[in-house]
This record gives sequence, structure tokens and C-alpha cells, in this order.
Amino acid sequence: MKVTVLYFASVKEQVGKAREELELPSSVTTVDALRAFLRERGGAWAETLAEKRRITAAVNQDMVKPGAPVKAGDEIAFFPPVTGG
Amino acid sequence: MKVSIQQEDFDVGVETRKFTDPKIGAIATFVGVVREVPMTLEHYPGMTQKALEKIVREAQERWQVLDCTVIHRYGPLQPMDQIVLVAVASAHRGDAFAACEFIMDYLKTQAPFWKKEQTPEGEKWVEARTSDDKAAERWRT
Repeated sequence: MKVTVLYFASVKEQVGKAREELELPSSVTTVDALRAFLRERGGAWAETLAEKRRITAAVNQDMVKPGAPVKAGDEIAFFPPVTGG
Repeated sequence: MKVSIQQEDFDVGVETRKFTDPKIGAIATFVGVVREVPMTLEHYPGMTQKALEKIVREAQERWQVLDCTVIHRYGPLQPMDQIVLVAVASAHRGDAFAACEFIMDYLKTQAPFWKKEQTPEGEKWVEARTSDDKAAERWRT
């Protein structure tokens, strides 16, 4: 299935990418699984998205928990804890 | 109700004078300002608007909010520049104060903005503060 993945702030800088369209294997059905799938790229990806790092995910522009489902056509974003205001 | 994500500055007086409901008896405003260090604010276009609208709706469910304006700026900002405005109009001050503080506390942990400071040692992303998490948490009880 095809999804759009976005990266913001320090996550964007560390992985060197702001946005990509991805074809996901059928085994990737949750946000957490997608994060693990991206970590398999190794290097900065493994480091930035490491389990111990505090990363927030959003699906279709709503913040979600790690177990949240991922469906075809979704827009999924990974970013560090927010610091606005 | 108004939520605006913009680069331009805002004027608190101009914004609060737009509240015209005759039932209004109290307006609480909060303005966040850049402290000491120049910075650039990044955001997630689309989600910021959506997240702030959701926070305002939640405030409306908890308190009497007759009108409300939230403005958050992005892009490069200098010390003393205004960053954010939350203005809440209610019949009485209790609701206005509480809703204004609630919106700010939630905005701090739920709205996708990130500050990058330009320090003399170089650029640095601002770290999230656990005190902000705690401030948002206390409204859950």
C-alpha cells in the first residue's frame, strides 16, 4: 500500500528528508511498525527513529499512539516533541 | 472564533475589538514573546490549524466561551517579537481566565510547532519541557 510520510524539525534534519511517498509491505500496519521499517534503512534512520528517542507520530494530521493503524493513502508524520507557544 | 497561523505580527487591541457579542463581560488575553534569543519557528502546515481548532473546541465544551482568537506566528523572529496570542471572551472572568490558560497549556504540547534558536554557539532546536507536559496534564483530572 502507498502512504505519504513527512518529517519535521530535528527529525527532518537528521534523516535529511522532508517528505516521501512509500510503498509499504503488507506487514506494516501500525505507526510503530512503520517506524521500525524505516529504522531498517540503518544509519541516521536507525539513530533518529531509535526506540529510546521521544518521537511523536501523527496520522492524517492527528497525533496518535504508537499502535495506531496505518492505511493506504494515509499521511503519516514523525516529529520531535513540540515546542511552540 | 478565529485561528490563524501567520508570519505577520498582530495587534492585541485590534483583535479583541473584533469581539462584538453584547453578552461578553470579560476578555482574557495571553501573549507569548520571544525571550532573549532570535529563533525560527517551523510548523506542520494544515495540522497546526487543525490542532488549534480542536483545542479551542475542547475549551468551548468546558467553559462558556463567547468568542476566541488564537494567532500563532511562524518563520524568523527576534527577541521581544510576539509569537502567540490567545484571547478568550466570556460573560465572566473565571471562564475567560481558565479557558485562556487551558488553550495555552494544550497548545504547548499538542500543536506542531518547533523552535530553533540562533545562539552565539550556533543553531539549536529547543528541547520540550516536562513542566509543559505537567501543565497540560493537570487539566485532565
